[in-house]
Amino acid sequence: MVENRPFLTFLTHLVLIAGVVIVAFPVYVAFIASTRTREVLVGGMIPLLPGGHLIENYTEVLSASSAANGLPSYTLMALNSLCMALIITCGKIAISILSAFAIVYFRFRFRLLAFWIIFITLMLPVEVRIIPTYKVVADLGMLNSYPGLTVPLIASATATFLFRQFFMTVPDELMEAARVDGSGPLKFFRDILLPLSRTNIAALCVILFIYGWIQYLWPLLVTTDPGYYTLMMGLKRMVAVQDGEVQWHLVMAGAILAMLPPVLVVILMQRLFIRGLTETEK
Amino acid sequence: MDTKRTIFPNPVLPYLLLAPQLVITLLFFIWPAGQAVKSSFEREDPFGLSASFVGFQHYVRLLNDPLYLDSLARTAVFAVAVTALSMAFGLALAVAVNRLVRSGRVYTTLLVWPYAVAPVIAGLLWWFLFNSTTGVLAYFLGQLGIRWDHNLNGTHAMILIIIAAAWKQVSYNFLFFLAGLQSVPHSLIEAAAIDGSGPVKRFFTIVLPLLSPTTFFLFIVNVNYTMFDTFGIVDATTAGGPAQATNILVYKVYNDGYLGLNLGSSSAQSVLLMLIVVVLTVIQFRYVERRVQY
Repeated sequence: MVENRPFLTFLTHLVLIAGVVIVAFPVYVAFIASTRTREVLVGGMIPLLPGGHLIENYTEVLSASSAANGLPSYTLMALNSLCMALIITCGKIAISILSAFAIVYFRFRFRLLAFWIIFITLMLPVEVRIIPTYKVVADLGMLNSYPGLTVPLIASATATFLFRQFFMTVPDELMEAARVDGSGPLKFFRDILLPLSRTNIAALCVILFIYGWIQYLWPLLVTTDPGYYTLMMGLKRMVAVQDGEVQWHLVMAGAILAMLPPVLVVILMQRLFIRGLTETEK
Repeated sequence: MDTKRTIFPNPVLPYLLLAPQLVITLLFFIWPAGQAVKSSFEREDPFGLSASFVGFQHYVRLLNDPLYLDSLARTAVFAVAVTALSMAFGLALAVAVNRLVRSGRVYTTLLVWPYAVAPVIAGLLWWFLFNSTTGVLAYFLGQLGIRWDHNLNGTHAMILIIIAAAWKQVSYNFLFFLAGLQSVPHSLIEAAAIDGSGPVKRFFTIVLPLLSPTTFFLFIVNVNYTMFDTFGIVDATTAGGPAQATNILVYKVYNDGYLGLNLGSSSAQSVLLMLIVVVLTVIQFRYVERRVQY
């Protein structure tokens, strides 16, 4: 800070507190709703203080008996979301660190071509080519399966670029020393490159876990078997009831629970999260 | 495209290392994209048994279809509104946090988490707030004499998805603006302060111009986000309605192709969307290329 102006500092705090309140407001209301009964929520204006049904509502969401509309139990959907997020995270990191290694540390025919094939995926988010991708997945018999849910989302260039950029900054001397010592590429990769990339990998894990957890359109397309529903689909379906009222108290409890894992990851891993975000620029 | 000074001489290994990513990319990215281009020039019979080449017919029809043009215009309105709203809000918060020495970290933590909220959930939360029977905001608006109903009023529905999408995106813009602000050289600010310019003048004459690369980058990323990642928000809240009022392009592709099974038209829409992303990505990459020093 250049000069000390108490009024400006006061104003700064005021802006930030207002910002935090606005940002948190929807989640606060959702939390309130999740502690009330159905009758209170349907009866018009909901109170702005928590009610006494917190434990009751959350147990009802988590217990298998709350499943309706052909939905599986909440825990199964949470498990599916978790599997999806973890497979995407591990798969993406594994394949992109290998391909970045190949592109940076080897010179071979078609290197440029391979680079461009990978690069072009930056331009094709799954949303713009859903129908043909769906067709490929269907033809391969991968509908309603974990591979179908995850593999098409695994290949994307951002992680490859991050690793490529990082490898370029690793001093050449390290590799020369490794070669003088007689270690092959795989040994160099495992003993030197991998340990050096630890923070990058961790940062990417945070970003990719969130990316996997919040997927919606793709699981909506490839899963028709309720056994593979993810949380995001389940929540949407809990609201889209044909007859009768939406069970808002349960929906909001479910939404709060579904928000928790990725939000906790961001808050607890803040430094890694910011690093992963600003370095991949995605 | 550069490699290391020294490289590993190995004729087979690099191909093996590349294979997993290349296979997945070819199978799930390049091939479907090619299929989309191909079927955008074909008409398929209703049973999907045969297809005949029809040239640019789908494109011509789309670009003459008032519904499509309408969707295009709405997408533009939506993208620009969300981008402007979330960037202005993000910048204001970043400037404020950047002023603080000690408490900045706490505020950052309190502001970044919406990034991790799924678009569907963001949609559900705001839908609940604006719900005409139970919503708190709908109630307050009612007190002000505004009868809120996003199920009937197209403008209301559009405002609803703009707010939900902007809410989710603020944290992202905030982080990047904060990073940009922290890289503004302190000596410049101090020199200006010695010359007697106040905080407001300093912000507009020094900080804002220095932030312009960040702003530009964020603009492109945000437009990209609003056009594609907001599918969940639209599907959870308005499902494109009422009367197509919130039927943005990416939702229309899904609607016409997956639900309506109009594959030719949907493919042509996909191809047009891809063209839009390609343009955005090229602009973005040129910028990144210029800024990042390898």
